[in-house]
Amino acid sequence: MKKLLREFSKGIFIENPTFRLALGLCPTLAVSTSVLNGFGMGVAATFVLLGSNIIVSSIRNFIPSKIRIPCFIVIIATFVTIVELTMKAYFPALSKSLGIFVPLIVVNCIVLGRAEAFASRHSIVNSILDGLGMGVGFTLALVIISLIRELLGNGTFLGLLVIKGFQPALLFILAPGALLVIGILIGVVNYFTEK
Amino acid sequence: MEFNQLLMIAISVIFINNFILSKFLGLCPFIGVSKKTEPAFYMGLAVTFVMTASSIITWAVYIFLLKPFHIEYLRTLSFILVIASFVQLIEMVIQKFSPALYRVFGIYLALITTNCAVFGVAVLNSEMFLKSADNAGKALLFCVTQGFCAGVGFTIVLLFMSGIRERLELCDVPRPMRGMAMAFIIASLMSMAFMGFAGFRF
Repeated sequence: MKKLLREFSKGIFIENPTFRLALGLCPTLAVSTSVLNGFGMGVAATFVLLGSNIIVSSIRNFIPSKIRIPCFIVIIATFVTIVELTMKAYFPALSKSLGIFVPLIVVNCIVLGRAEAFASRHSIVNSILDGLGMGVGFTLALVIISLIRELLGNGTFLGLLVIKGFQPALLFILAPGALLVIGILIGVVNYFTEK
Repeated sequence: MEFNQLLMIAISVIFINNFILSKFLGLCPFIGVSKKTEPAFYMGLAVTFVMTASSIITWAVYIFLLKPFHIEYLRTLSFILVIASFVQLIEMVIQKFSPALYRVFGIYLALITTNCAVFGVAVLNSEMFLKSADNAGKALLFCVTQGFCAGVGFTIVLLFMSGIRERLELCDVPRPMRGMAMAFIIASLMSMAFMGFAGFRF
């Protein structure tokens, strides 16, 4: 039981995909302009991670190792298509603001990385927990980054005004702000883990 | 008229909406391969080639396969498969016919297979030009221009970055900020500079 719990929690802290492994940075930076966008992207990626981990781990004994990467890509692309179409049908506004980054989950290194490094070698239960943990860790990182950016760049949280009379620095919503925030956050994480 | 549009696409993709600095596509090679100028240049060349070629291929897939059968929802699946297998094919051909070239480009081609900038170009092309294309030839022209110029923009920024990082080696950066953290902050400053191009008017 304890071991299973560790499979889940390692993705959130010790091996956090964004801050520790520096994987999947492109969507992290691009969609973190508001907390809602960041959360939506996180949930979408978690679903894909979970689905692809389950399928990959359940057919891991049938895939010849030579063509495993194309197989993984097809499985991932299937789940991405499901997310893409579902989002378009039920959350059109979110789908519009995430734009091309929904189909781009397919080339997100986190998803392929987990399929290759974890799900193709472990049992289904472990893979489910690993996928969930990594997804939650990714979502957490996205929410933290988008929280900072939305607060500083727009003065709001989830669209609600936080501080009256605060002059927001628009820069943080724009592209340079994203790079600045992630650079400083990586530095902060390094500072606390180096000792 | 058409030439104007092509010029607009070129300037927009290279400077205003640069793939790395304003669209955040292809950050992994941007951070990973920008430590020295020479590999950065080869990486840029390889990306430009693959982007241009995959623009043509995905155009063909979309116009001749997805559109006639009304299966546009298979775009993600078919594009990633076609691009990945194309890159593998190129790798094999180069390895067979020119081992010297393979020694220079081989490792970069392998890295490009799942590069989000290459896939991003294909998706952007299909959203911008292919979805509403009534004239297939014109759409091809636009797609190729966008693919090629996105690669050029990618190469330019990668070269700038590697030049800066070569000099950064000599600087005294605080310990926790060394490496990736500093690279992102430099990228942020470059992105601010590139934002100046957004003022262009035609």
